[in-house]
Amino acid sequence: MAWFKEDKVVEKKVKIPEGTWIKCDACAEIIYRKEVERNYMVCPKCTYHFRISARERISLLFDEFEETHGELAPADPLQFVDTMPYGERVRKQQAKTGLKEALICGNGRMGDRRVKAAVLDFGFMGGSMGRVVGQKIVDSVEEAIAERLPFISVSSSGGARMQEGIYSLMQMAKTSAAVARLGKASLPFISILTDPTFGGVTASFAMLGDVIIAEPRSLVGFAGPRVIEQTIKQTLPEGFQRAEFLLEHGMIDMVVERKQLRATVAELLTLLA
Amino acid sequence: MPYFLDFEQPLSDLERQISELRRLSAGNGVDLTKEANRLDKKLEEMRKDIYSRLTPWQKTQIARHPERPYTLDYVRGMMEGFHELHGDRLFADDPAITAGFAFLDGRPLAVIGHQKGRDTRSRIRRNFGQAHPEGYRKALRVMRLAEKFGRPILTLIDTPGAFPGIGAEERGQAEAIARNLFEMAQIRVPILVIVIGEGGSGGALALGVGDRVFMMEHSVYSVISPEGCAAILWKKDKNDFSAEDYSKAASALKLTAEDLKRLGVIDAIIEEPTGGMHNAQDSDFLRIKELLINTLADLEGMSPEELCARRIERLYAIGNI
Repeated sequence: MAWFKEDKVVEKKVKIPEGTWIKCDACAEIIYRKEVERNYMVCPKCTYHFRISARERISLLFDEFEETHGELAPADPLQFVDTMPYGERVRKQQAKTGLKEALICGNGRMGDRRVKAAVLDFGFMGGSMGRVVGQKIVDSVEEAIAERLPFISVSSSGGARMQEGIYSLMQMAKTSAAVARLGKASLPFISILTDPTFGGVTASFAMLGDVIIAEPRSLVGFAGPRVIEQTIKQTLPEGFQRAEFLLEHGMIDMVVERKQLRATVAELLTLLA
Repeated sequence: MPYFLDFEQPLSDLERQISELRRLSAGNGVDLTKEANRLDKKLEEMRKDIYSRLTPWQKTQIARHPERPYTLDYVRGMMEGFHELHGDRLFADDPAITAGFAFLDGRPLAVIGHQKGRDTRSRIRRNFGQAHPEGYRKALRVMRLAEKFGRPILTLIDTPGAFPGIGAEERGQAEAIARNLFEMAQIRVPILVIVIGEGGSGGALALGVGDRVFMMEHSVYSVISPEGCAAILWKKDKNDFSAEDYSKAASALKLTAEDLKRLGVIDAIIEEPTGGMHNAQDSDFLRIKELLINTLADLEGMSPEELCARRIERLYAIGNI
């Protein structure tokens, strides 16, 4: 199947080199790190949006945030072994990111507005969705319904987590059902897509927002570009699966720069509910 | 000439021997019927033996067997008066998904399923059962019709996956799948699902949310194909992969009906005749029909609210931590 595959280039982009200076992945400009940080991790020269961790995202988006379900960590339901046992892979990712899983959820505040939020971290196994990620989304949405709050998701994911097999596929149905229940309760869901969002995450809750926002130039799609190229044996057109491409094809509502994101979401919430 | 999978080769050899014996027997007056009958019995035993010890990779191959019944064969085998409906009213008609209404035991229902072709031309026309967004949107349109007129829905799953292509992405493949998951969770009529062949990832799940989910004994259902899984795990050139790699990946993915029953993803396994559904008799389809009638009777009498609430509960319970 056509899940997005992480390739070497993608991997390189995720890790912003530590140090005083960083090199922009897009324009190759060497920039003073502090300057990029002040600019919301956006290149001041070419406006390239660096990939950021879930924690960085949360601090940019919310005035206050209290994490919930942070104790949930993946088990190994299939006893899956690839180049290493899944359990070992998870431990390595946990050590690398300081996260228990690829998603942080919790209670956020934007100005005087309370929201439920779920933020994926691409740095943890490509932000892939397994049982815990799906469960945390369902729980957050159900809490949003119980407390009558809006729900906000920020996605960055390669899709379903292969190592959890059919269970990861089922998370697509679970999270979509939860979003359906949220809609029935007339509570708004704003879905923010960031670079990259693919596969089982796009094909479930992420594309079901009442309003869907993407960051500039983010790659978003169902099948990864490499899989498509291999299938149709053609080179893909320039700009294919970029946020602007999705906007043009009617798949998302708006492309919003990172520094405008918080204000845009807050204003939309006021307009919707 | 019937199609034989690698591991079915001994069966093919024996079948050839038997028909040769029968031909000789008829041709020159020597009665070899006894011998042929003996071999017939042996053939049956051998078939049983092979089919009782199938590996996950072998099951994957049976699930993809070119003579395995497809959606329209199930419709013919179990229903009357089928009328196919076409098009998503937005862009096109997708022949990779068949949808319509028919009578099951005299009662109308909607039937929707992936449809593969039988020969090269129809296989290409039906895109090997890999749907585009318009296929999923047609499916949803017909499900909404069923809901409007209070008819139950049967979906049949048999796809390698949703098609990965430029047009599919442009027209929102991800949105189309997500929308079906979203809507199927709240459709106010019973939905029965049977995985009849390949349950390939999101493209399969897009027809797979229901009140009862069944799998045919030799069907498979997985988040990724064994080939895709192997490619990600062992990162070598496509031509360097062996059946053994795929076999390992198929086992790791836990994709058989037995696995999914054990993992609590499906409700029941539908037994296939010895030798798989490509050896099915009329009675095999009638047996499945019986199961559907009984299952619908179980769901009858439930209010739409209760039906939807239980459907979501059922989903939430899968792999719950």
